[in-house]
Formats: sequence, C-alpha cells, structure tokens
Amino acid sequence: MEQPNIDIKYVAELARLELSDEQFRQLEHDMAGIVGHIATLLEVDVTGVEPTAHAAPLTNVWREDVAGRPYDRDVMLANAPALLNGETIRVPQVLPGEGMN
Amino acid sequence: MAGFKFADRPLHVIADELNDGAYSCAELSEAFLDHVAAEDGKVRAFLKLDGERVLEAARAADARRAAGQALSEFDGIPIGIKDCIVAKDETCSCASKLLEHVVSPYDSTAVARLKARGFIPFGRLNMDEFAMGSSCENSAFQKTANPRDLARVPGGSSGGSAACVAASFAPAALGSDTGGSIRQPAAFCGIVGLKPTYGRVSRHGLVAFASSLDQIGPMTHDVLDAAILLDVISGHDPMDSTSLPVAAGGFADAVRNDAGSSLRGMRIGLPKEYFTGAGLAPGVARVMEENIARARELGAEVIDVSLPHTKYAVAVYYIIATAEASANLARFDGIRYGARVEGRDLVDTYFKTRGAGFGDEVKRRILLGTYVLSSGYYDAYYLRAQKVRTLIRRDFEEAFRTCDLLLTPVTPNVAFKFGEKSDPLQMYLSDIFTIALNLSGNCGISIPGGSDFETGMPVGVQLLAPALEEARLLRAADCFMRGN
Repeated sequence: MEQPNIDIKYVAELARLELSDEQFRQLEHDMAGIVGHIATLLEVDVTGVEPTAHAAPLTNVWREDVAGRPYDRDVMLANAPALLNGETIRVPQVLPGEGMN
Repeated sequence: MAGFKFADRPLHVIADELNDGAYSCAELSEAFLDHVAAEDGKVRAFLKLDGERVLEAARAADARRAAGQALSEFDGIPIGIKDCIVAKDETCSCASKLLEHVVSPYDSTAVARLKARGFIPFGRLNMDEFAMGSSCENSAFQKTANPRDLARVPGGSSGGSAACVAASFAPAALGSDTGGSIRQPAAFCGIVGLKPTYGRVSRHGLVAFASSLDQIGPMTHDVLDAAILLDVISGHDPMDSTSLPVAAGGFADAVRNDAGSSLRGMRIGLPKEYFTGAGLAPGVARVMEENIARARELGAEVIDVSLPHTKYAVAVYYIIATAEASANLARFDGIRYGARVEGRDLVDTYFKTRGAGFGDEVKRRILLGTYVLSSGYYDAYYLRAQKVRTLIRRDFEEAFRTCDLLLTPVTPNVAFKFGEKSDPLQMYLSDIFTIALNLSGNCGISIPGGSDFETGMPVGVQLLAPALEEARLLRAADCFMRGN
C-alpha cells in the first residue's frame, strides 16, 4: 500500500491542538517516519482474527444503584482555573463571533 | 552516596529494625529527608517533597507504635510516588505544565492501601510527561539523572521512581507501566521493577495514559520488597471496572517460604526473537548468556520458544496506546482544572490551552492517536492493530503451554546519555522487549542481571509469566537474584 499523505493540520484540528509553524514542520517529519513504521502491520494476515480491545476478560461490570455523596462542591471547584461568584466554573464564550459581555 | 546509613537497604529489613526499636519512624524519615536534601540537587528525582508533611506522618506512626496500635509491621516507612498516581492534598502534575498546580482531592486506591498499612507517601517523583517517554527527558520541569552515572538517563517513564530507589532516597517507590515504564527504568538504574497482571492493581487515581495497558507496580531493592508491596496494593477495587475480582495477597509469603530454593522442575523459555538479530549490545548479550547459564545451574530446564509476531509489537503498541491516549487526554481542556490559556471563545481556548500546556512528545502521540482513529484510517490501522494484538496474545499463550516462564533482556542497550536519542521512532523501537507484555496483559519483572563490561552500567533481566502467576514469577525472580 502506498504511504498515505498525512494532513497534520487537519489532524491537529481534530485534536484541538495549536501548533507553531516550527512544531508543525517537525511533527510532519516525525509522523511520516512513524506512520511508515506502523504501516508494516499491513503485511500481516489478519483474516478471521478477532480484535483484542482489552487484556482483562471482563464485561458488564455493575455496581449497586445507590446514591453516593463523594465530594463537597468547594473541593471539586478548588482546581478550577476561573470561577464565577465562587460557586460555578466560568467558561469562555461558547459560540464563536463577536464578544458578548 | 556512600556512607548513607540506609543505602540500598530493603524495606523489609527496615521494618524489622523498626520493630526491634533500632530507631524511630521520625528518625528514619528524617534520615531520608536529609539524604534527599544533600543529593537530589544532582539526581533531580523529586518534583515535590514536603518534609513537614512526611515528618508529621512519621511522628503519628511513632505514636501508634508506642501505643501498640501500629497499622502494620511497615507503619512509618516512606514510599516514593510517581507523579501520575494521586495522593490526597498533594499536587499531581504528571510532569506537565498543564497540571502543574492541580492538587488531588482524593487518594488513588494504591496510595490509600499503602496509607492503611502505615506507609508514608514520600514526595512526587519525576516522569516523562503523562508517562510518554523512555528517558524522563520529556518531563516539562527537569531531567532526572541516573544515580549510577549522572551523565546518563534513568530511563522512563518512571525514571524519577527508579532514580529515587537507586539513590536510596526512599526504601521503595511506586511507578506505572504502560509499555515498559517500570521495567526499563528499573533495568537502567539496577533495581527491581514489577509490572503486575493487567487488572491486578486498581487504576483508580492513576492518571490514564492508555487504559487497556496501564498498570501500577512496585520499584524496589529486592524481590521480597516487590512482593510485600504487591500484597498491599493489589486486590479487587469497585472503583476500577477493569480490576480483576480475584483473591490477591500471599506474594511475600510465597517468596519467604521459598527462600534459598532452586529453580528445579521449572521450565524457562527463551523467545528466539528477543535474542537472534534483536540488536543486543555485546554487554547485554553477555549478561543474558550468564543468566541463562545461571538458570541451568539453579536447576531449570531451558528451552527455545518463539513469539513470532514480536516484530509487529512496536507498531501495534504505538497505534493502540496513542489512540487510547488521544481519547484520555481530551479531558485536559483547561475548563474544570489545570492551567487555562484564554482564547477568543471556548474552542479557541481548547486549542490555546492544549497548545501551550502539552510538550512535544505528548502532542506527537495525541496526533498519531487521532490520526489512526480518524475516518478512513480506523480499519487500516486501529482495528488491524487490535487484531494483531490478538496474535501477540496468542503467541504468549502458545509459549506458556511449553514453559513456565520466559527469560529475556529488558532493553537492547544500557542507559544512554542525555540527548543521545533524539529521533522519536528510534526511541519507540528501543521498547521492543517490554511492550508485548502490556499488549498481552501478562505479568513481568525486571531484576538486576549484571553489569555491562563496556560501561559498567547495570543490565536488567526480564522474567515473564502468565496472567495472575505473580507468585511463580516472584519466587523465580528471588531465586535468580540470590544467585546473582
């Protein structure tokens, strides 16, 4: 199979990563080498082989359906980078466009 | 580091001495704190170490011991903790700028179980950022040096934990192993590192890198210490849905009751793919030969086996681990915790926060993981890698039908010098002997096997056992180490 052309800019957008021009060039170079190596998997015959998603043979693990009260709100908010009135997390404007105040 | 009273002293010896009243827990912790203060400027193993907190816990342990209420025979012994395993009210940065000031509101299950037995969490140990790396050079904060040669790396990603134990900054430490991150630094620093069976130790409170591969394990001076710590931290945990509901414990007893015995009746397999044409450095090859001879002297039958899909393990690993990482690290967006870089709007904030907060290696792996999961490539890479993972698992199942344990090198080379490996693919390829174990879910241990005749650096020997056969693994490893 021919080497796929990796559109780093598109992948970085999917991953929500801002990259500098220099990082962009470096990563484009690195990724070509790495993807070239992982492409060796294309030579393995996997006909009829089931995929392994997990090493532990566990499925449908349930807990009792009982309410818990693990942490107080101030504990959970202690690490938030920005708060509103000390009781909610302040987030940036969600919809793109002109600033709303 | 010569002359330090507790240099290379195993925790089980310290426990005996504490129980004999040779010194107090406060004196013990004070000695380790002084040793760190004097020597860690050169090693840089610790990201944080709160001496007051440690001494307070040590004095509390002394009070319990005086009142006859010790939590266990280990009450008051300090244990270093890798910075991706959370402890209540302590920072947990994963050596990333993004999480630099995050303080954990809870204990990981492993730390909670240590505390319940009186062990004292002793500082936050450096690592490759988010456990992504093989040299500790990817930490956003500092490069940890190998205590055996300060010009060399300690390995990674649990490089801080390995250096901590090798420098005797604490009697033992916890690390985490996703593709060799306990065993490789243990080999580079000349200590013992155990990767338990997947599901043996709860991952609750271990910051996730690749959820189907990550496992917490002990890094110690000897095998009995690894068994003691596995006894403490293993066992089912309802907080981790992948935790195995099987009986755990009895590992230390298994080692103690077998002390000094031979490997008679044990069949040890040598996977040919790990030796022939595997690029072993001459010094590593020689130590392996010595250890194979040792296995025979100790009474084991040594046979050749094959793990035919070994050459695909690196490719499978770097698809599956990065795919899982790209999903796991999506949560670090600067909204609920961690450093935020404000942008024009929400999405721009995500881009800026992640662009500024993550280092180069983390970005590289998130991109690779995002790429292999993206539309059009999922079947070709991710699904195919999962199928080859099945073939790798079957290789191990097949091999363990004919032998009890596998004996292999841990790494093709000894610890390298800072900056020596700058190409990411070359760095990934050096993980070849450790990653297949994580893909298969089995357990393995790295023990000191000898020294490289060229550099004098330690060479690790790896023993691998089937899932849940830690007792067999630890007994054999202990036998090897007594022989070495």
